[in-house]
Amino acid sequence: MTALVVRNGRVVHPNAIVAEDVLMVDDQIVAVGTNLEVPAGALEIDATDCWVGPSFVDLHAHLREPGFEHAETIHSGANAAAVGGYGAVVAMPNTEPALDSVAVVAYVLDRGANSLIDVAVAGAITVARAGERLAPMAELAALGVRLFSDDGTGVQDAALMRRALEYARPLGVRLAQHCEDAWLAAGGSMNEGSVSSRLGLTGRPALAEELMVLRDLELARATGGRLHLLHLSTARSLSLVTQARAEGVDVTFEIAPHHFTLDESACATYDSVMKVHPPLRTQSDVEALRALLRDGELDAVATDHAPHVPESKDLPFDEAPAGMLGLEHAASLTYEALGGADADPLRFFAVLSRGPARVAQLRARDVRPRHGAHGGDVVAGEMANLVVFDPTRTYVVDRDALQSRSTNTPYHGRTLQGQARATIVRGRVVAGEGVLS
Amino acid sequence: MKTLRGANLLGLEDFTREAIVEILDTAESFVEVNQRSVKKVPALKGRVVASLFFEESTRTRLSFETAAKRLSADVLSLAVASSSVKKGESLRDTIATIDALGIDAVVMRHQSSGAAMQVSRYVPHVKVINAGDGQHQHPTQGLLDVFTVRQLLAERHHTTGPESGAALFDGLRVLIVGDVRHSRVARSDVDAYVALGARVRLAAPATLLPVDVDHWPVDVATDFEEALEWADVVGLLRLQRERGSGSFVPSLAEFTFSHGLTVERARRLRPETIVTHPGPMNRGVEIDSRVADRPSAVMTRQVANGVPVRMAVLFLSLLGSSGGEQ
Repeated sequence: MTALVVRNGRVVHPNAIVAEDVLMVDDQIVAVGTNLEVPAGALEIDATDCWVGPSFVDLHAHLREPGFEHAETIHSGANAAAVGGYGAVVAMPNTEPALDSVAVVAYVLDRGANSLIDVAVAGAITVARAGERLAPMAELAALGVRLFSDDGTGVQDAALMRRALEYARPLGVRLAQHCEDAWLAAGGSMNEGSVSSRLGLTGRPALAEELMVLRDLELARATGGRLHLLHLSTARSLSLVTQARAEGVDVTFEIAPHHFTLDESACATYDSVMKVHPPLRTQSDVEALRALLRDGELDAVATDHAPHVPESKDLPFDEAPAGMLGLEHAASLTYEALGGADADPLRFFAVLSRGPARVAQLRARDVRPRHGAHGGDVVAGEMANLVVFDPTRTYVVDRDALQSRSTNTPYHGRTLQGQARATIVRGRVVAGEGVLS
Repeated sequence: MKTLRGANLLGLEDFTREAIVEILDTAESFVEVNQRSVKKVPALKGRVVASLFFEESTRTRLSFETAAKRLSADVLSLAVASSSVKKGESLRDTIATIDALGIDAVVMRHQSSGAAMQVSRYVPHVKVINAGDGQHQHPTQGLLDVFTVRQLLAERHHTTGPESGAALFDGLRVLIVGDVRHSRVARSDVDAYVALGARVRLAAPATLLPVDVDHWPVDVATDFEEALEWADVVGLLRLQRERGSGSFVPSLAEFTFSHGLTVERARRLRPETIVTHPGPMNRGVEIDSRVADRPSAVMTRQVANGVPVRMAVLFLSLLGSSGGEQ
């Protein structure tokens, strides 16, 4: 038996914040309150000034394995997540081969089971993510896959997307779409607008995203299918999805930290680390995302953690691959965008843990093989997947001191505030204060 | 940018009128060198200038290399378009290899926008002269265009370029025609003309105007024919077929129909209206052969002026504040 007690923290329940202690034995929370009877020999964590809540859940992590292990592995990606305060991530399927078959998905789940945190899988919607025929969703659902996505490209063919939504519905799974019309975005490497025009870079217009958001919302409405929209980046996308939701469309969505912290002007020096799809947008889009993050209807902040080896980022901007790291700093950026010292802890855990756990079906109540329980209340009987988040701690981002195998963080050199003092997975401290335990 | 002295030349975006006039005046002083029987001055003796053309361009490369040699610099000419890059070498490794040979400046042309700026970060101790990057900037083309126009106007006004400064550009009406959207020349030209005080108007099929044209310091011609009558200078652009602009207009013939400088349209030009083209021309597409050979068409003068302008750029950039060795 191993016992762990978190003392003097503020425990963040779904609707309340209480100054109390949390006692864990093995992989369970066994008591929450004050004056707990703690077994002799229990490890203690001092959570003074800290928020104690369910460990974070990322809906959108590119772990690159199999196929691109020089950029990231499941092991290194899980380490990065652990440092970032995450207890679970959803691995995206744009690997080589793609996560479109039982064999490859089982491989990723097995590797994930040997990593520090829980690794769930988003399966491909179509075989090889080629957008031509459906992947075996029922077989993959039986393995525990609850999200499907052709992320990176998105299903361009409206008829195929309609079929996929219809087919997936009785399986209880959700389709996650990267919304960018491939023709409108063709050849583009940053947001289309004044900055791209001055830089002589072909743009990816906001319209490319919004048109596909609109299309998929209507497909979901027509089919009754379950839709998740990945990394929405424009003010108009947010208003479209918010309206559809109010009208009863079964849609969830996420926003990514880079879209609410950086705007298109970051591309002005052709630093290819700033290249990402969908692209960094305008300042007014950033403000719309920040406003929604604080007050609006939102399921999740998701990282779109996308490691790329340095040599690929040494290419010219238009030739460099798109994507940036996210797992290690997302919580700090979210804390900052929620208002820093004024940030609401309930909201913080809603968008980083409880919301994404619900979308990924990773909660205790979700029936699913081989998974831990995430995003629940901090009460006796829940699985001991917690994070002790220290909102007072500041640190300087150093791209050469990351857990990720890659260095393509856009925040290198920036001072950030708020960091996991301890990430606890199944009752064990796996990371804290920027390093592994 | 207040002066090119000691700086990289990546684009003309931030150049002040004074900085451009300084370059033009310096170029004027080199014109004479090119007319001597011994066309050489020792200004850059012992300096090494690498010319690095990732995208082939015989005329621009020859012009730069001639300029460097007339300043007595040593020239390393690397045809990278056909070498290691094809084998997957990164931009950073290519420039590091050349830097290891010992260079003071690199003149580079690249098919990707921003490549020159990226290289300037990789080798901060080397002066980088952008000889055209993707659809971004072609600063020496912009400079030689305004240099040529100033020279012609000065001759007409019986003065000299240096004496006139930027005065001849005040209110000068410049019409830029063609594929502005994909053109690095258009961006450099607009920056240069506007900085010098000219009024710039664009004429192009709607799909070949920049997406943010409302934010450019220009207006857009609603009537091409009328704009030709309005203009003191007509700057034609090459239709960038290789950049995919073909899908932006129905056909080359249709472009000629709506925006080509045909013989018929050329009749609307005033006799003194100056017609420029950065070359190479698509005769019969953006310009009719007979118009190209008209006296007020100044393409060969542009080419000739490329050398003194590039000499001035290399001189100012490399010698910086220690200048005056001319």
